[in-house]
Parts: sequence; structure tokens; C-alpha cells
Amino acid sequence: MRFPEDLKYTEDHEWLSPAGRVGITDYAQDALGDVVFVELPEVGAVVKAGDAVGVIESVKSVSDLYSPASGKVAKVNEQLRDQPELINQDPFGKGWVFELEGAEPGPVLSPEEYQTKVESE
Amino acid sequence: MPIEYGGGIIQEHQTVRTRVGMFDVSHMGEFIVSGEGAAEFLDDLVTNKPSDLLEGQVLYTPMCYPDGGTVDDLLVYRLESQKFLLVVNAGNLDKDWEWISRHGHGRANVDLKNLSAEIGLIALQGPQAAALLQTLTPVNLRDLPYYHATRGRVGDADVLISRTGYTGEDGFELYLKAGDAVEVWERLASLGARPVGLGARDTLRLEARLPLYDHELTAEISPLEAGLGAFIKWGKDHFVGKEALAAQKAAGLTRRLVGLEVTGGIARAGYSVYPRDGGKSVGVVTSGTKSPTLDKAIALALVDPVWAKVGMELAVEVRGRTIPAIVVKTPFYRRPAQADN
Repeated sequence: MRFPEDLKYTEDHEWLSPAGRVGITDYAQDALGDVVFVELPEVGAVVKAGDAVGVIESVKSVSDLYSPASGKVAKVNEQLRDQPELINQDPFGKGWVFELEGAEPGPVLSPEEYQTKVESE
Repeated sequence: MPIEYGGGIIQEHQTVRTRVGMFDVSHMGEFIVSGEGAAEFLDDLVTNKPSDLLEGQVLYTPMCYPDGGTVDDLLVYRLESQKFLLVVNAGNLDKDWEWISRHGHGRANVDLKNLSAEIGLIALQGPQAAALLQTLTPVNLRDLPYYHATRGRVGDADVLISRTGYTGEDGFELYLKAGDAVEVWERLASLGARPVGLGARDTLRLEARLPLYDHELTAEISPLEAGLGAFIKWGKDHFVGKEALAAQKAAGLTRRLVGLEVTGGIARAGYSVYPRDGGKSVGVVTSGTKSPTLDKAIALALVDPVWAKVGMELAVEVRGRTIPAIVVKTPFYRRPAQADN
């Protein structure tokens, strides 16, 4: 299980990079199992921290994706439309989901805090 | 039974489609119905006709309420001339036992036993299932056709070997004493059978269009609506639900189970189905998933018969928006023809 040091994390298992990029954590992709569909937010949408902005579906479940920060959706990972499995293969890299412009984080956890949280789950 | 054993549902699914996987389905229910009146009793109880079975033969059948709704769907084995094994869904075990006991109560020459707690069940499924199992049993599996069963040893265990399954592949269901199950499971594993969980069990059965109770069949859904008319024997004088089912057939069905291919999302159970061009809802999804074999989103849905023809353009409402769906032939997956082994 990986917890990259340069990211912030949420209680709902999303990560946020300093550049405003968002994805789901290694722990989350492992818990979901094989991701088969991703519903991406709209580019240009203005979102608030904690908003459900997309959906990640695995073979067995449907999960909302919550924005860890407020801001404007600047980019989405178009590759996920054809290759949703990138989320499983590389959750912190090629499996990123969207990018926020002017991201103002909501309540977030440090890598250590997040690791402590998932290890107690 | 876990959802998966760690390699992921898709990998487990592919194992069964291309090699051989095994499922611990010991939670299924097993009842023995025996006695001189057993065959006649079962003919009254279920829609198919167990009295037609030869010894060693198996049939699939719905079991209905008087109003035509479905109590459960089950397998019936004729073990001996006057001895039958019924295999029912785990979730319906208590309800079925009560239902069958109530109908059997006071019937002459019918003896009922619930052996669910004593019997273990391993399903070995996939194109390599026969070759693998053959290395563990003296029974010549070439002589065991689909929907037949025979007693024989598997390793050191005494097993009812049944050529049946719930995946759309060739394979076997092995009924054995619960205490022997772990040993047989480990022997099969040592020969290369990979454990497969509930998640892949669902995607496999859905590709093969096999119904799942509480989805395609419920107390409110009749076997006719679920497309299981072939398992209703109208020639019998009586069976529970006959009048209601006959009336439903005569009046014409108001909904029918169809296969859908869906694009732009995944249709899940309970989602509403609409005509592509809009208008009122014409049905509801009963099961849906991403098909690992076809790499497409597939679903089964109960829809108004007007919209049930292959090629009909429909839409499914997914979280407040609609995505396109088209009625397709089922099963979604049929195993390739292969040399009989």
C-alpha cells in the first residue's frame, strides 16, 4: 500500500496534488476491485470541496467520487473513458481523474494521518 | 464465499472462461424427497416434470406460488427410482424448506429430509474442468453427459458428480460430505483449479443469461416473464401455479426479460428503462454489469413486450441521465463448440 508524501488525502479516499490534480488512493482502488467505468466531471464545472463530482464503478460496486477541494474543473483524464483499469494499475499516476484550477482544499489529511486511518479500517 | 480471492473479479472470470476455476457453494440447500409418492409430489410442486427423469438425470425447474410468482429455481436429481435430491438457493433455503414441508405434510409415502448442513458443494467449472477432474476419479467423465450425475470417488471422498454449473462453461458440481470438502478442494487446487468468488460467479452467470433469484425471479416475477417457459410442463394435470400461469399466458405477458447492451455507463439492477426517443418508463433492469468476456456493459431487463424485440433502441436512466441501450440476443456469451470430452 502506497501513501505518496507529496499528496493530501481525504476521509473518502481521494488524493489531491499541490497542482490541483485529483484521484483515488491505492487503498481505495484495492477495496473497489477492478474498475470498469468512470463518470468524469464536466470540464469547466465549478465544484465545492465535498461535492460528489463523478462516479467510479467496479465490477461489484458503484462509488461516488468527492472533490477534495473547491475550484474549477480544468482538465479530466480522458484516457479513463477507454481504460478505466488505469485507476487500478497506477492510482497516483496515469489513473488520475481530474484537475482543479484554483484549488482550495477542504478538510484533508497528511500522508501519515491517512495511513493511520486506513490501517485502522 | 468471498466476493473474490484476491486476483480480482475479472481475472477470476477469465480463469473460468479459459481454464478451470472452482467455487465453494456449500451454502446451497439440499433436500431429499423419497418414497413411493415422491415423483408425483414433485410433479405437483414444481413446473417442470421430475417424474420424467431417468435415474442419474438432472433437471432445472422453477417452483411457483399459486399466483404464478416464483418461490425459487432449483435443480432436481433423480438419484434412485423413488429418491430425489433438490438443490435450492441459499437465500431461499428456510423459505423453501417450509414451503415444501407444508405441501408434503400429510401426503402418503413422501419422506422429506433437509441435508443442507451436512453436504458440501464444490463447483469445478471451465474448459479444463473435465481433464482435471478425470485425474482424480475412476468415473469415466466422457460417459457423463450434461445434466447427468453419478456417484463416484474423487480422491478419497465419496462424491455425487454432476455435470452441471452456473457459468456457461462445461463443468461439474461435486456434492460431498461437508467434512470431505476441504480435502477435495485442496486436491483440486493442487492440480491447478483456481478459487473463484461470488463476484465472478455473478458476471459468469449473467453472460450466460442464467437467472439469479431476487433479480430475474422473485415472488412477483413469473417464470414466463423471465423467459423460462421451456421449464413449464403444461401437460401435467396439476402443479402449483398452473392456473395463474395459464391465465397469464392466455392474456399475453405484460413484461418480458430481454438482454441489453448498454453504452456510456453500466446499467445496474433497479435502473429504469425508457424508449430511446423518450416517454414513459417501459421497464426495469434486473441485473447489469460490465461483461469481462465481451468488454461491453450488458444487462437483463424486464420490459414491455412491445419493446422486447432484438434491435429495439432503448435508454437506461443512470444517476439522472440516460444512456443508450439496445435489445440484443441472449445468451450474451455461448461457449465455443468443442470436441466432447
